[in-house]
Amino acid sequence: MEKMHLKMKVNGEDVETLAEPRELLIHVLRERLNITGPHIGCETSHCGACTIDMDGKSVKSCTVFAAQASGADITTIEGLGNPDSLHVLQEMFKEHHGLQCGFCTPGMITRAYRLLKENPDPTEEEVRFGMAGNLCRCTGYQNIVKAILAAAAEMNAAKEAAQ
Amino acid sequence: MNEMTPPKAERAAALKGLGTSRKRVEDARFTQGKGNYIDDLKLPGMLFGDFVRSPYPHARISSINTEAAMAVPGVVAVLTAADLEPLGLHWMPTLAGDKQMVLADGKVLFQGQEVAFVVASDRYAAADAVELVEVDYEELPVLVDPFKAEIDGAPVLREDIADTLEGAHGARRHPNHIFTWESGEKDQTEAVIGEAEVVAEEMVYYHRTHPCPLETCGAVASMDKVNGKLTLHGTFQAPHAVRTVASLISGIAEHNIRVISPDIGGGFGNKVGVYPGYVCSIVASIVTGKPVKWIEDRIENLTATAFARDYWMQGKIAATKEGKITGLWCHTTADHGAFDACADPTKFPAGFMNICTGSYDIPTAYLCVDGIYTNKAPGGVAYRCSFRVTEAAYFIERMIEVLAIKLGMDAAELRRINFIKKEQFPYQSALGWEYDSGDYHTAWDKALDAVDYKGLRTEQAQRLEEFKAGKSRTLMGIGLCHFTEIVGAGPVKNCDILGLGMFDSCEIRIHPTGSAIARLGTISQGQGHATTFAQILASEIGIPADDITLEEGDTDTAPYGLGTYGSRSTPVAGAATAMAGRKIRAKAQMIAAYLLEVHDDDVEWDVDRFSVKGAPERFKTMKEIAFASYNQAIPGVEPGLEAVSYYDPPNMTYPFGAYVCVMDINVDTGTTEIRKFYALDDCGTRINPMIIEGQVHGGLTEALAIALGQEIAYDDMGNVKTGSLMDFFIPTMWETPNYETDHTTTPSPHHPIGAKGVGESPNVGGVPAFSNAVHDAFRTFGLTQSHMPHDHWRIWKIANDLGLHE
Repeated sequence: MEKMHLKMKVNGEDVETLAEPRELLIHVLRERLNITGPHIGCETSHCGACTIDMDGKSVKSCTVFAAQASGADITTIEGLGNPDSLHVLQEMFKEHHGLQCGFCTPGMITRAYRLLKENPDPTEEEVRFGMAGNLCRCTGYQNIVKAILAAAAEMNAAKEAAQ
Repeated sequence: MNEMTPPKAERAAALKGLGTSRKRVEDARFTQGKGNYIDDLKLPGMLFGDFVRSPYPHARISSINTEAAMAVPGVVAVLTAADLEPLGLHWMPTLAGDKQMVLADGKVLFQGQEVAFVVASDRYAAADAVELVEVDYEELPVLVDPFKAEIDGAPVLREDIADTLEGAHGARRHPNHIFTWESGEKDQTEAVIGEAEVVAEEMVYYHRTHPCPLETCGAVASMDKVNGKLTLHGTFQAPHAVRTVASLISGIAEHNIRVISPDIGGGFGNKVGVYPGYVCSIVASIVTGKPVKWIEDRIENLTATAFARDYWMQGKIAATKEGKITGLWCHTTADHGAFDACADPTKFPAGFMNICTGSYDIPTAYLCVDGIYTNKAPGGVAYRCSFRVTEAAYFIERMIEVLAIKLGMDAAELRRINFIKKEQFPYQSALGWEYDSGDYHTAWDKALDAVDYKGLRTEQAQRLEEFKAGKSRTLMGIGLCHFTEIVGAGPVKNCDILGLGMFDSCEIRIHPTGSAIARLGTISQGQGHATTFAQILASEIGIPADDITLEEGDTDTAPYGLGTYGSRSTPVAGAATAMAGRKIRAKAQMIAAYLLEVHDDDVEWDVDRFSVKGAPERFKTMKEIAFASYNQAIPGVEPGLEAVSYYDPPNMTYPFGAYVCVMDINVDTGTTEIRKFYALDDCGTRINPMIIEGQVHGGLTEALAIALGQEIAYDDMGNVKTGSLMDFFIPTMWETPNYETDHTTTPSPHHPIGAKGVGESPNVGGVPAFSNAVHDAFRTFGLTQSHMPHDHWRIWKIANDLGLHE
């Protein structure tokens, strides 16, 4: 099948690649761009392991064609922090034991990142509702909720301190 | 002690050893998207394999035409059973002593069965070609109901063994019958039941479900034809056993096979077995000379690999009028699907189902399990439980409730008067196990106090009055459970898989500068082994956990072990770790004594050092000893500081727990709300409380899923009705409650550090607690037993059948 030329911004860098029009975004990210943080768990957009941030929205990249992402600004788990400067969510997931096998974690954190932009000071109920598109089989969610609430508190405290 | 030496407690804390809620070392890579899971692996020239699967549950294959598929650009090969047959790989042995088709050999026996394997340059080309393989099927009558397997005219499923009267587990009485397995005293138990003052009888069904880890199964096989070496990467919970099995079935010498389990995205029993995808990847790599990747999609995962449970348990429980249990009888019809691929120790075709006397002192018992073939996927794995322990726990915890109804007794009190007493341990059960330790009454009382059990019953009665008066449409259920597990398989004398004894191992190397690497025969799938096993070692050898690297999963470097499942890592490999640590310490003692110029017996262990008895200011730290082991010529002592231990446990361990679930049920919608869930676990010595708590939360959520909605359901035609996450229930954050965790500590007397294992307890104990809560809510209206999963419709149906909608 003839390939198309795709350009997009991924984790702050301009990238281009060739891909078939029918290729799913998750496959282009993982197999053509070697961004393997987002995972594939179900192919029916239920589990959220493939969650990325695209043009300011949480998107399940297993049910988006790469062609639809042409020109998009994409952030994946790899773009949220780096070893010298972790995102608060990355720190809080470790601090509160919000992960076990780690397979859901990139999607989970990437979704939480957008949730806290949409609602910087969520209640527990709002976290549970806003994160319900991401499944975890290991943790029972309790510590994930704790981690996200702790991250929100810390981010808000930092914002206040800066003002 | 000299002035520079920090106090004992401070030095011990710096080690982050046993009992510390040490943060996980695995998390740095997982939180940054740098995990290394099987589908992340990319090798040069790698091809991609994909299966053609049967749409029919039972059919003869008259022809397979691969011509059109082969014409798809990028397609390299299409393998069928005919291609595998010359290699003797069209069938493979199962873990249960049966054999299984790798690719359909003349017929298919379940929907989703592997028929052909397409190998192509990428997954899209492979998927295109899968669509173009033309298979002609002739449909055959389908057997779905295991109770119809032996009636006249039942279709014979396994024609390959139809005339074989002797199976891997004794006599077979019908072509669709796999085995009969008995435990206990039949005549005596039936006599006790015949003469009993009270007998409760019930059919308890634990439905078919699936472990469904978030990562599906997969493998990358890479045959290096130049060196004759096969490297097999994959989602293996038992990498060493996979190496041995791969060698036995492929004929490749075992030293020429390297098996690597990378990071695994959850296992829960799904990744214990050997699947056709692994075998086909290996063959395809041998045929093409290139690495071949195979990754299941979710539908394939749910429909073809590793179902769990599906036990129909007919029970009778006998008691005196006062409630003292006198006997327990159980006949189980076990639906094993088309091939017997249960992951059980060889001598236990029904796993440890004979732990079904539970936490109770039952003098007489009998268990009989019949394994049956049906047109369903093979499996029968231990989904977050030791082999069939969760079925056993569900059975006895339902039978206790049913007996309480019959006696008109409070179910909490009925449990209490029948618990095995603390002073009875080690306790010999009627079905042959020796329970190592326990203190059930203490745990039970603590749990009932914590939830204010009496207060809950009072509230329940008030709410019932309101319901009866028409003021409310909600019923309150209190779900009780006291479970006893049997984990840590197991003693080589009676536990093996395919002849491989179920010991486990640890090898430790101390580096010259006093840090260390330890390698184990197990493999973490989220349990945090790299964190917790380093803690065991830190306490044993006085080197900080942060200075110990822990490696698992590479059979070229790790010592042989039987892997991680059945809560066996801590009881078996954890014990090996402690024992290897003790060998290190014994040698370190000799080195310290030499350096301090005293006799070996004149030094004593002090947290992270050896000091001279009576002169604590004279000491050698482990760091100093480590360096000395590399640079001193010590008479009679080899250089270096290394040890390996292969641990054969003397007994299983028996974790237990007391759970209480409080549930509100809307009788008109069938919806449930978990208002409270209290979980007390006793897993013996606690290594990392943070990780234990996380395991309990996760296991309870899996239990909630199973009890309240998750199932692999088939229709009468043998079609899978719940083959994707559209229909297969996994609770989201929204449906999942918060849990209260608690513990008592009863160390295992035979384990070197007293630990028992915990990962599976919450699934084993959680399912009965949730299910009992549903039953309890309707008890007063006459409900004694209703089969799981208790989804909204089934609960609505209970209410409707009881006339509560009139």
